[in-house]
Amino acid sequence: MNDDTPISRGFGSGRRAQTPKDRVPPGQYVTPDFPVLSAGPTPQIKFEDWTFALQRGGSLIGKWSWEEFEALPQTTIKTDIHCVTKWSKLDTVWRGVTFDDLLKAAGVGEPTAAYIMAHCDGGYTTNVPVADLIGGKGVVATRYDDLPILPAHGGPARLLVPHLYFWKSAKWVRRLRFMEHDERGFWERFGYHNYGDPWKEQRYDGD
Amino acid sequence: MTVTETATTLGRRIEWQVAEVNEIVIETPRVKSLLLRVTGWQGHLPGQHVDIRLTAEDGYQAQRSYSIASPPENDLLILTVERVAGGEVSPYLVDELRAGDRFQLRGPVGGYFVWTVATRGPLYLIAGGSGIVPLMAMLRHRERRKLAVPTLLLYSSRSLEDVIYREELNVMAQHDPNLDVVHTLTRNQPAGWVGHRGRIDKEMLALTPPALANKPHIFVCGSTPFVEHVSNLLVELGHDALAIKTERFGPTGG
Repeated sequence: MNDDTPISRGFGSGRRAQTPKDRVPPGQYVTPDFPVLSAGPTPQIKFEDWTFALQRGGSLIGKWSWEEFEALPQTTIKTDIHCVTKWSKLDTVWRGVTFDDLLKAAGVGEPTAAYIMAHCDGGYTTNVPVADLIGGKGVVATRYDDLPILPAHGGPARLLVPHLYFWKSAKWVRRLRFMEHDERGFWERFGYHNYGDPWKEQRYDGD
Repeated sequence: MTVTETATTLGRRIEWQVAEVNEIVIETPRVKSLLLRVTGWQGHLPGQHVDIRLTAEDGYQAQRSYSIASPPENDLLILTVERVAGGEVSPYLVDELRAGDRFQLRGPVGGYFVWTVATRGPLYLIAGGSGIVPLMAMLRHRERRKLAVPTLLLYSSRSLEDVIYREELNVMAQHDPNLDVVHTLTRNQPAGWVGHRGRIDKEMLALTPPALANKPHIFVCGSTPFVEHVSNLLVELGHDALAIKTERFGPTGG
């Protein structure tokens, strides 16, 4: 805060007691709700039509039906999530397949490309460095609170990269494409930050 | 300044600026418009929003996002804010803020839920409650530019007294043969009300004038359940999902 920051008299008796500083990044507030933010209508996908794929170059190096995906090793994680629209939600519980286990299932050893683009139903995309997905940091989640993820929240499956702002945790994800060079995804092209670290408050490009 | 010059710019940080309240307009019992003077405002596109940051006397800060209600042609930046019960920021903005007060703001933000005269039409706008705000920026921009694109606004409110911008919308529609404004009132209707009653359904959504038949640009804004409901129905009615742009106001906007 600078000396010339205007003070709003009478403001601020509300939420701060519930906002633990080590858990909640700057500019965020904790909500018990689970708000929904999407750019278009919610795609309604049948499980029997759903597939998930890993792509490198022009070819798919792994492709799974819903049943096959369910048979992959499943990991449960409890984590805080932070949306760029300012809400954070603590201790959310997800289950799905880690990016590491996906690579293993596809027979990929060390990933050779440094970035992925996540492609989703409805045309949404987002870019994430591979380094932010490996080592258990990224999951393709199919359960929230032990239940199938609701379509409005990204079901059947959403990418989960909880240490970045939540738009990187792409809803309705269907394909992860390896990229040699970084490209911007949907919101990243519309002025949101290319990386999106909530602890550095990287909301918008240039932050 | 032309509108196209203010589209999303990458690579430059959006800095915090100081906004001074020039005037406050009571729109409905729960909604006020804040007319703000922002020195050096770079301009915006209709549909974009800003982040505001309030600072308490002890340095505590809170941020929220609000849609811009004014068209790019306006000198003053207008935010229209609904009081969210139990919220932290909106009750302050609606009940405590006075003309002459100052707070921080940065933007504009968001480049997808945007319409300008360059996009043309037809234009199909569907609002629930305070979801009218970014759509009003589009309607005001369209009016200022006198662009004759066929446009329909379907606007759902709880009651007549909850209709935001009611008079302005009436006048706008009366003077513009290409603009239709259709209201539905979900909870209370005044005596003699001849408009729609109840929440937006498939029949209401299908009642579009012929001029809107050909691939309209569709913008839906309101609460999450409202937008989910309406956008699902629009897809069922055969509209292209990629032509439907949505903005969901979360329940915790506060």
